[in-house]
Amino acid sequence: MLNYLEKHLPKIVLAPTTIVMIVCMYGFIAWTGLLSLTKSRMMPQWEFVGLDQYVRLFANPRWDVAVDNLFIFLILFIIIALVLGLLLAIFLDQKIRVEGAIRTIYLYPMAISFIVTGTAWKWILNPGLGIEKLFRDLGFAGFEFRWLVDSDMAIYTIVIAAVWQSSGFVMALFLAGLRGVDDNLTKAAKIDGASTVRLYWHIILPLMRPVFFSAIVILTHIAIKSFDLVQALTGGGPGYSSDLPANFMYTFSFNRAQIGMGAASAMIMLFGVLAVLIPYLYSELREKK
Amino acid sequence: MKNTMKISTLAATALLATTTSVSAGDVEVLHWWTSGGEAASVNYLKDKLSDAGVGWTDFAVAGGGGENAMTVLKSRAISGNPPTAAQIKGPSIQEWGDLGFLADIDGVAKANDWDNLLPAVVSDVMKHDGKYVAAPVNVHRVNWMWSNPEVFRYAGATIPTTWDDFMVQAAKLEKAGFIALAHGGQAWQDATLFEAVVLGVGGADYYNSAFVSPVDLDVLKSDTTVEVFETFGNLRQFIDANSPGRDWNVATSMVMEGKAGMQIMGDWAKGEFKVAGMNVGTDYVCTAAPGTSGGHTFNIDSFAFFAQSDAARTAAQNTMAAEILGTDFQTVFNLNKGSIPARLGVSRAEFDSCAHDSMDAFIAASASGSLVPSFAHGMAVSSAVSGAIYDSATNFFNSDQSAQEGADQLVAAVAAAM
Repeated sequence: MLNYLEKHLPKIVLAPTTIVMIVCMYGFIAWTGLLSLTKSRMMPQWEFVGLDQYVRLFANPRWDVAVDNLFIFLILFIIIALVLGLLLAIFLDQKIRVEGAIRTIYLYPMAISFIVTGTAWKWILNPGLGIEKLFRDLGFAGFEFRWLVDSDMAIYTIVIAAVWQSSGFVMALFLAGLRGVDDNLTKAAKIDGASTVRLYWHIILPLMRPVFFSAIVILTHIAIKSFDLVQALTGGGPGYSSDLPANFMYTFSFNRAQIGMGAASAMIMLFGVLAVLIPYLYSELREKK
Repeated sequence: MKNTMKISTLAATALLATTTSVSAGDVEVLHWWTSGGEAASVNYLKDKLSDAGVGWTDFAVAGGGGENAMTVLKSRAISGNPPTAAQIKGPSIQEWGDLGFLADIDGVAKANDWDNLLPAVVSDVMKHDGKYVAAPVNVHRVNWMWSNPEVFRYAGATIPTTWDDFMVQAAKLEKAGFIALAHGGQAWQDATLFEAVVLGVGGADYYNSAFVSPVDLDVLKSDTTVEVFETFGNLRQFIDANSPGRDWNVATSMVMEGKAGMQIMGDWAKGEFKVAGMNVGTDYVCTAAPGTSGGHTFNIDSFAFFAQSDAARTAAQNTMAAEILGTDFQTVFNLNKGSIPARLGVSRAEFDSCAHDSMDAFIAASASGSLVPSFAHGMAVSSAVSGAIYDSATNFFNSDQSAQEGADQLVAAVAAAM
């Protein structure tokens, strides 16, 4: 009996989690996949229409806008947050005074929800309330900064707010990584006469590879699931020019009674994530062996 | 995907939180009237029912447009535990009826002679398969224009009654340094403005064939649609740059404060003027949106009733249905909400002149055939088609597309959503 328990206890303990995972993650993914093949409108209904919902999805101009926006947002957000976070971490790593306080300040935005971030930036970027008014009141009468109300630029305001929120977190990741670099390595490089730039570029950054990996995975999924930020900051507007696929999916599934098309868009989002993550995971994990 | 998960969890939590025990003989009512005046209106119904010995379980899900409430309602209905009544309107009543969830309250309707109390346009919406399944609480008129007479006097302009004149007068206001049209750049407000232009430029016949279910695509493809977009596009210049994302009541306050001259918005805007202590006629003026003076775009709020398994609850449901159509409730509720009673035979004495206009227009328009359901407020077409109209209108209004491009986009989007 005791032997049996000893042998199977780990499995018994893990079983509930595994079942919940299988049902709530993979089960619902499969269910969404099935729904996307039906003509479901207000409620799920099981009349299959093949890939009809996908055809309608890609014919919808709003979906095009949402997908284009996702690419703009994803690429800019990840690159800017990575670069800023890395630079902040390197500067903080120069053994400066009051590092603890500065680190906390940079990390703090992460503690705020995207709804709060979005609302605050909505006011900061609003031409009649925020930056534009500030500069005009200071005497720059011709100053214009109205990305928030410009259909072509609204998506970039989302990048600004998201970068502000997340780069402190990326900084913390890199800082932890930098602290883990063996001192002997840096000392040896310095004795060999490497400049600080060379030291970082050729020795320390390559060592940060696992940190890049975690940061990119985390930032990618923050970007793809971004919903609350858009909702709070621009509401998808002006018009629907700053919609992201998650907002599209929510609107069509729950407000527009087109669950089938909403499910199709959710599946495309899933495929998008997989297309980015699988090759990356594969290459990163294989080299570990 | 992650969001689908998050939302289903949300719905499940909401489900757990709201599955309170409702004793037999009580009603449980799903609604989203949670703001000041609206909440007071609902409380009045609650008191009326408790006088009649019927308890009330409030099932309020906040969120102005009711999207959140609908999500919760769907999960409740699917799990076989629907509330007694829910705030559902327009074609959605038919969608719920088709799914077989609604209760037949024809008995109450017959006993109280609803067929004669309700105008045909109203009772048609309340019936599914010829039987009453819902009770109307009010009729909103959407095609109103609210103006600040002080601003017009200062600018030497007159309140326009046609769209052509609107452009002339609005230009005068702009020249005098005012914002001509107070507007909030949210999709539903863009659609509300678009709706007024459709009725004003196209007329009631065009409106009824192109924007009311079943949509006639040939009419929608006609040159009138291009004309509508022409006028709609001309309005872009009269709106200030800060409008995107602005709430409708903020736009109303711009008119009150004399920063802007006009706003096109339904009669719920009147509540804002009233709360600010302003008087109709002197401090603000209500007129029909340009070109729609004989017309009436209606938006009817109603409660749909869900089939119950328990006889005592069905009895409570019937009491509630009868109370909703009572003159007391219709008067108090509509005075609070700015709308007009949905039934005939309610005394006009307590209502103001805007409401009188609205009542007269409702009767006159119904006789002349220019009484049309509001597509911007979910009365005219299915949510998929109205979504397509929203998208096209808001995208056009916030870009520099030409009228032809706007019209083509609308036709394509509506065709795809049907």
